[in-house]
Amino acid sequence: MLEVQGLTKRFGGLVAVSDVSLTVPEGSITGLIGPNGAGKTTLFTLVSGFQTPSTGRVLFRGDDITGRTPESLAVLGIARTFQIVQPFAGLSVLENVAVGAYLRCPHRAEAMAHAEAVAGRVGLTDLGRPASSLTVAGRKRLELARALATGPRLLLLDEVLAGLNPSEIRDIIPVIRAIRETGVTILMIEHVMQAVMSLCEHVHVLANGRLIAAGTPAEVVGNPAVVEAYLGHGAAGRLQKGAAHG
Amino acid sequence: MSSGTFAAYRPILIAIAALAALPLAVPMLVGAGLFAGPNTFYNLMIFILIITLAAQGWNIAGGYGGQFSFGHAAFFGTGAYAQAVLQTRYGVNAWAALPVAMALGGLVGAVIGLLAFRARLRGSYFALVTLAFAEVFRILANATPITGGAAGTLVPLRIGFGQMQFDAPAAFFYLALAFVAVVLILNRLLERSRFGAWLVAVRENEDAARALGVDTLTVKLKAITLSAAITAVAGALYTQKFLYVDANIAYGAWISVEALLAPIVGGIGTVFGPLIGAIALIGLGEAAKTVIHAAFGSAVPGVDLVVYGLLLIVVIAFAPRGLIGLLRTGGGR
Repeated sequence: MLEVQGLTKRFGGLVAVSDVSLTVPEGSITGLIGPNGAGKTTLFTLVSGFQTPSTGRVLFRGDDITGRTPESLAVLGIARTFQIVQPFAGLSVLENVAVGAYLRCPHRAEAMAHAEAVAGRVGLTDLGRPASSLTVAGRKRLELARALATGPRLLLLDEVLAGLNPSEIRDIIPVIRAIRETGVTILMIEHVMQAVMSLCEHVHVLANGRLIAAGTPAEVVGNPAVVEAYLGHGAAGRLQKGAAHG
Repeated sequence: MSSGTFAAYRPILIAIAALAALPLAVPMLVGAGLFAGPNTFYNLMIFILIITLAAQGWNIAGGYGGQFSFGHAAFFGTGAYAQAVLQTRYGVNAWAALPVAMALGGLVGAVIGLLAFRARLRGSYFALVTLAFAEVFRILANATPITGGAAGTLVPLRIGFGQMQFDAPAAFFYLALAFVAVVLILNRLLERSRFGAWLVAVRENEDAARALGVDTLTVKLKAITLSAAITAVAGALYTQKFLYVDANIAYGAWISVEALLAPIVGGIGTVFGPLIGAIALIGLGEAAKTVIHAAFGSAVPGVDLVVYGLLLIVVIAFAPRGLIGLLRTGGGR
């Protein structure tokens, strides 16, 4: 579905993403994890067209989409959410979702009906109220609903669970799983390991702009390189020693 | 058409009917001493409607689309000059000149929009660039022979329906009202269309709109073109009403200010905002002039501008969503 080949992004002297290659198989939920500042969101902005890579290619369903605009990628079927939620604050919840729905439904009645259906799927209620009155959990659902309303084939989720409490996370995990059931491929950036473990088949780990590990969630969390990326140099060894002594 | 669709247009039809019935009240208003005569009433109402139309144009790009232009004079003036010059220099009929004036205004809008939006100008930068364009147009119009230079262009007085010059003052009132009515309905259509939803999305958050597949450049260009074309019609009507334009009228900052102040006072990004704002601004301005004249025995120049300033401060402080926001507090749309 999505193939990233040797993607690099430099901001002046800083290499935010360095020679990253990964694939997201069709129908999968693939995770992208890594410590803060690893370059995960930058990788998303490159894939979703908000920035162009310094070098490397992005392929979607076999076609080279490197450097295409976000709006043309949305038409092709790539939708993203934002880590920092970006609701249209002056509009109602339903109107927010309808903006996404209009991409595939040019007429108002269809677009509104589709928006209502999508809002229902992600568990948004009270659709007439202003988007600015939503709680953090509500805004995350709104991000999800809006992206989903564009009818994507690939959904890029940037920390949709961040800032939610454990019960809210429990509520939204089945929603994401249900989206995949409808045939949408998902690539998600996530810090909440509980969600990554239960949702993702495959996880890529990014640290300092480089891909340092890949595999199933269980393989990845046991990988010493991953542990060191999160906890510092030598941490894996110390943990093992600690476990041996304990 | 469902009943819900009709309900969306009902307030507009009521407002149009109420305005159309206003001439019936003229004898009473004149009798009560509010107006010196029917002509005073009609001149004021026609001026309000022309400003409303200019403001309705501004409201499409500025109110719905969030692209605050400070230079809608560029479009108003192009419409006004086109209407005058086509008749006086090229012998074009007034009715035929009007759509040309509208198209030229739209073209100027598209060109300025293309230059400004391709350069990714937003907010105050966009406002400044539009202001600069309007000023350049004003200086050019003052200097080139085709516009009559500093002397301006006088449209010869030839009363007749075919010349769009009417003996009865009510006729021009109804002509201006017809244009305002069409744009009121057009606005509602816009609000309920895909283009309208995308335009508002651009105003609220451009990046989020792009992520949802909205081609923001195209949406903004369409909006500024439509916006400019409507304001150009206001300019053309101004020419037909007063039969004279010069650079300071056509491209002067006054009309840019009226066009943006009326929607802001009335209710930005709403169907009725420009109309309510124009009535409030110009109505209060005239009332202040009359009261001051009565009190001091002579006119005090600029008193209407003082009223504008006060009204703007009051609206921003107490009704950030405009006068229409006061009416709607707590209610839905």
